[in-house]
Amino acid sequence: MRAFPARTIWLALTAGLMGLTLWLIFIWVPTESNLGEVQRALYFHVPVAILALGAIVLVAIGSVGFLITNRPRWDWFAHASAETGVVVGALALITGSIWARPIWNVWWTWDAKLTTTLILWFIFIGYLMLRAYAPPGRQGARLAAILGVIGAIDAPIIYYAADLWRTAHPGRVTGPGADGSLESEMLLTLLVSSIAVFSAFAYMLVERYRVRKSEADVIELGRRIQMAHSEVSGPATGALKAMSKG
Amino acid sequence: MGALGPLLTIARKDFLLELRNRDILVSLVVFAMLVLIIFNFAIELTAVNLDALGPGILWVAIAFAGVIGLNRTFVLEKDHDALDGLMLAPVSRDTIFLGKALGSMGFILLSELVIFPVFAALFGVDILRLETLAVALLASLGLAAAGTVFGAMAVSTRSREIMLPVLFLPVISPVLIGAVEATARVASGASWSAVSQWLQIIAVFDLVFVVAGVLLFQYVLED
Repeated sequence: MRAFPARTIWLALTAGLMGLTLWLIFIWVPTESNLGEVQRALYFHVPVAILALGAIVLVAIGSVGFLITNRPRWDWFAHASAETGVVVGALALITGSIWARPIWNVWWTWDAKLTTTLILWFIFIGYLMLRAYAPPGRQGARLAAILGVIGAIDAPIIYYAADLWRTAHPGRVTGPGADGSLESEMLLTLLVSSIAVFSAFAYMLVERYRVRKSEADVIELGRRIQMAHSEVSGPATGALKAMSKG
Repeated sequence: MGALGPLLTIARKDFLLELRNRDILVSLVVFAMLVLIIFNFAIELTAVNLDALGPGILWVAIAFAGVIGLNRTFVLEKDHDALDGLMLAPVSRDTIFLGKALGSMGFILLSELVIFPVFAALFGVDILRLETLAVALLASLGLAAAGTVFGAMAVSTRSREIMLPVLFLPVISPVLIGAVEATARVASGASWSAVSQWLQIIAVFDLVFVVAGVLLFQYVLED
């Protein structure tokens, strides 16, 4: 019998953790007395919001790595981080809005954290559009890497500007210097949900990275077949020859 | 002159080109004025909300017009393969960046020289003060520095007309926030310290983007 590949085990574990998280959030953890039921959105919102901001750092690391080494694997990593960043960014914005509607009475407000997240989300979208419209290969990867670096250094300036402009978002509820506090059951729920969400994020990141790698492999294979075509007369023999070489 | 020589030569080249055909300045100014006029229909401006809304309208017009102008400077370079010629010149990439950014900053400032008085006259907002000059200088530098990097990037993509605003507008949001707030303070006659707090944000952005442009521009032009 063939053993399960590590990725399948990882996926199953993540799915199980997600199930546990849902049970903790909706059944086990007590309702927060001031904010009511909607506060449960926070257990999901906090980890995805952290990842949305973390993703731009990952994109920047991949981008700097690519610009320095010119190795495609750094670019695959940056590209995959941007794609997963769009997903968690959208989730952070949506779950935040769900929380905000009953608490702030609006779906959206132009607070520093919200504004920064939204603008970063648009920079991610710009990154993916750039990948689609830029010339394929190294030049496109390099242009995207420049945007990845710029996005990361721009983020603190956007936050600083928006913070001075207006602020309404509650402070952090956990960690050093937090201005709120959580009951131990709530903290445990947040911890488990964070592990589940982080694991799902990492899984998506790895999957997208593998897709990028496969794409590059296919392009490389196509290039070799074409080269063999031009070397040998007759298309069929050329392709066969390339395959035997590859 | 020294290291400044080639830099100024590149900026001067852009100004000479502009003197001959007036492509960029005319499109910048006309487009900005049209945005001002459209906003006049879109938003009912009264004496009460004028000081609050006016500066926002002004800087939206300048940002949008800036996109058009910055696109133009690089389309001109690309169309006749002039960018290749520029890259063959015995100057470093960061000199090319600084020269192009200086030229673009000059164009934005020159267009503001027309747009600001027209805005003040059309909307009756009192922004023609000395402080506005500081806002204009700092904001134009930020727009030009970021715009030069993104303009050079966008020009080598398909559908470059959409790529530049999509990349440029989110990134320059700190400049817009700072410029709008600073101009609003100037218009309401606030103290210098109230204005300078917003100028600091733009100055930080300028510094970061000039340094980033100098470091990153070599990768933009490589192919």
